[in-house]
Amino acid sequence: MFYRETGQFKTNYADDMAVFPILQDRLGIALILAVAFVLIPLTGSNFLLSSVMIPFLVFSLASIGLNILTGYTGLISLGTGAFMGVGAYACYKLTTLFPEVNIVVWIVASGFFSSLVGVLFGLPSLRIKGFYLAVATLAAQFFLQWCFTRIPWLYNYNTSGAIEVGQRTLFGIDVTGPKASLEARYMVLLTLVTVLTWVASNLMHGRIGRSFMAVRDMDIAAELMGIDLLKTKLLAFAVSSFYAGVAGAAMMFLWYGGGEANDAFNINQSFLILFMVIIGGLGSMIGSFFGAAFISMLPTMLKFGLPALGIPLAGATAEHLTYILVGALIIFFLIVEPHGLARLWQIGKQKLRMWPFPY
Amino acid sequence: MSATDHSIRKGEVLLAVDQVSLSFGGVKAITDVSFDIRKGEIRAIIGPNGAGKTSMLNVINGFYHPQQGRITFKGQTRSKMRPSVAASQGIARTFQNVALFKGMSTLDNIMSGRTLKMNSNFFWQCLRHGPAMAEEIRHREFVEDIIDFLEIQAIRKVPVGKLPYGLQKRVELGRALAMEPDLLLLDEPMAGMNLEEKEDMSRFIIDVNTQYGTTIALIEHDMGVVMDLSDRVVVLEYGRKLADGTPDEVKADQNVIDAYLGVAH
Repeated sequence: MFYRETGQFKTNYADDMAVFPILQDRLGIALILAVAFVLIPLTGSNFLLSSVMIPFLVFSLASIGLNILTGYTGLISLGTGAFMGVGAYACYKLTTLFPEVNIVVWIVASGFFSSLVGVLFGLPSLRIKGFYLAVATLAAQFFLQWCFTRIPWLYNYNTSGAIEVGQRTLFGIDVTGPKASLEARYMVLLTLVTVLTWVASNLMHGRIGRSFMAVRDMDIAAELMGIDLLKTKLLAFAVSSFYAGVAGAAMMFLWYGGGEANDAFNINQSFLILFMVIIGGLGSMIGSFFGAAFISMLPTMLKFGLPALGIPLAGATAEHLTYILVGALIIFFLIVEPHGLARLWQIGKQKLRMWPFPY
Repeated sequence: MSATDHSIRKGEVLLAVDQVSLSFGGVKAITDVSFDIRKGEIRAIIGPNGAGKTSMLNVINGFYHPQQGRITFKGQTRSKMRPSVAASQGIARTFQNVALFKGMSTLDNIMSGRTLKMNSNFFWQCLRHGPAMAEEIRHREFVEDIIDFLEIQAIRKVPVGKLPYGLQKRVELGRALAMEPDLLLLDEPMAGMNLEEKEDMSRFIIDVNTQYGTTIALIEHDMGVVMDLSDRVVVLEYGRKLADGTPDEVKADQNVIDAYLGVAH
């Protein structure tokens, strides 16, 4: 009744090819952006920003990255954690070598380093597919993780072996380091995520996105259309690793504020992001956000939400119970909709178009 | 198509296959086959199952590399080439088992056929503005013509995985046409279709040939269709060339009759 495209006629192809052709969708996006940019920073508590929104945004970015590779191009990767690490270390090196350059520039630039490494480890993808490629990217995960701990140059010969986030400003406001406010970090991260999501969506809607999906769906026919498989796959690795790298840099500099990278960028992280992509929906932008929200917010919500509802939880029990619940919910959603939350969302929208009529 | 039509359509040679042999290990798929395809004609390749017809198409568009022989396309001779290079030179094809991009809509499938014609750079692709958008619209217009031509307007935005088989075949033809090929290879375009669908597809093939002037090489098992559509027919059996000529000549050829009907020993 409210959500229907009836009467919204497109009179030119540009309108018809818009990412959000339906007016209600555009209003919805505007509302979400308004809430994210204005309402949350103004009224949100520190807890909401630091434990819910910032992790969610970082994981969204990483999920988009992996979704471009796995969901759109059909190449499974278990190296996302390591590619994120490359971004974090690149950003650390860059900002210590050139402290005068703005940190936001370096966070974005570190994505390019991650791209390069991603392309390198993406080379075998021309020959190997599926599970075998997953194993090959596992090599990237272990090798890069080894580099992070064994090459002291990467962490500037710190005795702690950790990334130390210095104080950096943007427009005179601290955005990284101990004195940076949560709001500032959140706003920088949100802006990054918004812009990069827009770019990813643009790419996926055009020629490049189509060639990615062509390679995923039927690589023989794609080659016949004149799509160079090696170039396309490497481009997918490059774009995907770029997003992972930026997410990694953002994670260290805007969320953790430094720390032992070996814990943050290990194989568990790679799996976690793969789960986000699968649960959210392969080959869907909004699915990346759903997946990131589901996996990153759910434990927090259960941990703090259940006691608030009067169900007492404490210490180790709480943690274990959260694991059990999250696991059960993952299984539940995958049984209800194997194509992920994004498909569930689509079905919901379809239903809403018909509502209140049965068909 | 009347007999007089055949004599008019004798353009220059577009593609020549010269003494091509292909084997997989000990299995000989094609042995010493030569034939040519002339500009503007509809050329049929027929033969019993396992005769090497699909292998022949795979050789022509570069999936298989023949051990011996040469292929001359538009005056350029080559023995090895990659499918993407064949595509850029103007060879398009459809597959025996539909090879569409199942997760994409009809529109996106046909648009992907335009990939080679698109060249806006990565930067503009990121912004989806300026040259990238202008290009997208230009190609959309071209694709809409094809959609009109194939009468598939209603399924424009439907994911092709959900379409019935007959329509999928039509979308696949559309995707090949979007490449504006000089040579269109159709591998059993009518396999598994009912009479009505076959008639539709035959009409599209003739229209493509006359309206767009595309040279077509097709593999088909329905002899009625083959004899009606094609200008010239080449017959393969066990990887060898059995006969080559107009439908009438081939029909009268004793070797062909023996191959199809069997010989009394």
